[in-house]
Amino acid sequence: MFRRRSDLPMNEDTLGRFLPWLIAFMVFLSALALAGMLALNDAVDRWDTGLNATITVQIPPGATAREDEQRLGRIVNVLAAKPGVERYETLSKDRLFQLLKPWIGNVGQVEELPIPILIDVTVDRNSNLDAQGLAKELSARVPGVSVDDHRVWLSQLVRLVTVIQALAWAVLGLIGLATIGTVVFTTRTGLAIHREAIEVLHLIGAQDAYIARQFASRALGLGLKGGFLGLVLAVPTLAGIGYLAMETGATMVPKPEFGLLKAIGFLTLPVAVALLAMFTARSTVMRNLKRMV
Amino acid sequence: MPPKVKDSDPESIVRFENVGLRYGLGPEVLQDITFALEPASFRFLLGESGAGKSSLLKLLYMALRPTRGQISLFGRNVANTSRGELPRMRRRVGVVFQEFRLLDHLSAFDNVALPMRVAGTKESDVRRHVEELLTWVGLKDHLNSRPPTLSGGQQQRIAIARAVITRPKLLLADEPTGNVDDKMGLRLMHLFEELNKLGTTVIVATHNLGIVRQMAHPVMRLEKGRLNMDEAEIISDLGLDEPGIGAGRAPAGPGFSRIH
Repeated sequence: MFRRRSDLPMNEDTLGRFLPWLIAFMVFLSALALAGMLALNDAVDRWDTGLNATITVQIPPGATAREDEQRLGRIVNVLAAKPGVERYETLSKDRLFQLLKPWIGNVGQVEELPIPILIDVTVDRNSNLDAQGLAKELSARVPGVSVDDHRVWLSQLVRLVTVIQALAWAVLGLIGLATIGTVVFTTRTGLAIHREAIEVLHLIGAQDAYIARQFASRALGLGLKGGFLGLVLAVPTLAGIGYLAMETGATMVPKPEFGLLKAIGFLTLPVAVALLAMFTARSTVMRNLKRMV
Repeated sequence: MPPKVKDSDPESIVRFENVGLRYGLGPEVLQDITFALEPASFRFLLGESGAGKSSLLKLLYMALRPTRGQISLFGRNVANTSRGELPRMRRRVGVVFQEFRLLDHLSAFDNVALPMRVAGTKESDVRRHVEELLTWVGLKDHLNSRPPTLSGGQQQRIAIARAVITRPKLLLADEPTGNVDDKMGLRLMHLFEELNKLGTTVIVATHNLGIVRQMAHPVMRLEKGRLNMDEAEIISDLGLDEPGIGAGRAPAGPGFSRIH
């Protein structure tokens, strides 16, 4: 399969210049799609571990600090006794002002602003805690209490990400189909260009498989060359996208992490495309040679 | 009734029965060809240009299928041979094409080595045999030369070396001496004779009556697509019994199946 000498003058045809660039482009797009999928996977994992098991209880501010404390006490009593609540933590005023700072800026006397009390509640994942039931129960104790169940919007977000990931897979599939189409076209052109030499090989007793092996070997070589070229071009592009994502402070997107498994995933791309090109070339040749002498 | 090949023939290397060939919807270029050749026979195929010599050879090396009739090679009906079996049969046939059909991007060595490599011969054996044969045909100094850089005669010798390198059971040569001088022509024909003595059946299509006279092998002649096997008539018509370059013609040797 990896013969260096070819009986057909394939190094002299123009396909050798054309096919690697096409495959480079395919691998480049595949690398972007794969990077997008991996980033979304990371985001989903992080959201899943970070937010999926939390709800936020919001107590409207009372007229006085004492009233705030009473309200908080009533809510906390409920939460402490509630099955499925693992832990709860009341966010301090400082933390709240820190969260609000991007919106209200450094205004003076912020401590006097009527801001709600927030309680971050961690829920046991295995429990079937009903957020709506909890909200009703808490509202009965303190009117106006609201409960934000992150699991609801998160599940919608995860569903959206799943759709995007499916689209990314579809893009990879389309890239694969485009690669197959390109290789079929170039192989057929090669068969037409080298028809005379192929006929000679047949007449001296070459099996179809012998000739197909030369095309397959060529496609593998060009596929690897183009594939790694595409991957090399994708690296700075992905680095640039990652840098822009970090610069814009997109907190929903996790900081890109590049482990061994991901490296293997990216290195697999050119190899997979080259193997696809090889098998496509082989089957194209075998199919077309049946019509020759 | 069409002529029949003798039923008593020993197993033939080549057997044609009422073979006809036409290209597309054109007229038949070969008509009612019936003959058989026994193993280790040697035949000259004569005929004017356009008489159908190359077409007959194409049928023999299985580049074409007949439009009618039956061809058997090595005891097998070609029509019943599957595509997968064809390469094995073709490896038993060596062909010297009139236009050489060398692969220009390969060296002389690689061109001659092709049939052995296609057959999966060990590379060390390939090297030994190819170098030996190219030396014998006087191309020792051109092992790495590509055909376009060589003369017509040198290319022809490469084509012949490629055809005989695997010691085929059937050797077909289309004008094999057309581009070489008489001396080299005779030398190449002696190579064919050596192979013939080792059991190869040889068919040489040629215009070179001098060689035909000198080699003293049976002849057959294509005339407007029909095969004339009447050797006495051919010899008389072409003056092959007149003194030629060499010692003159010998009568038809064994291994020639005449037609009823």
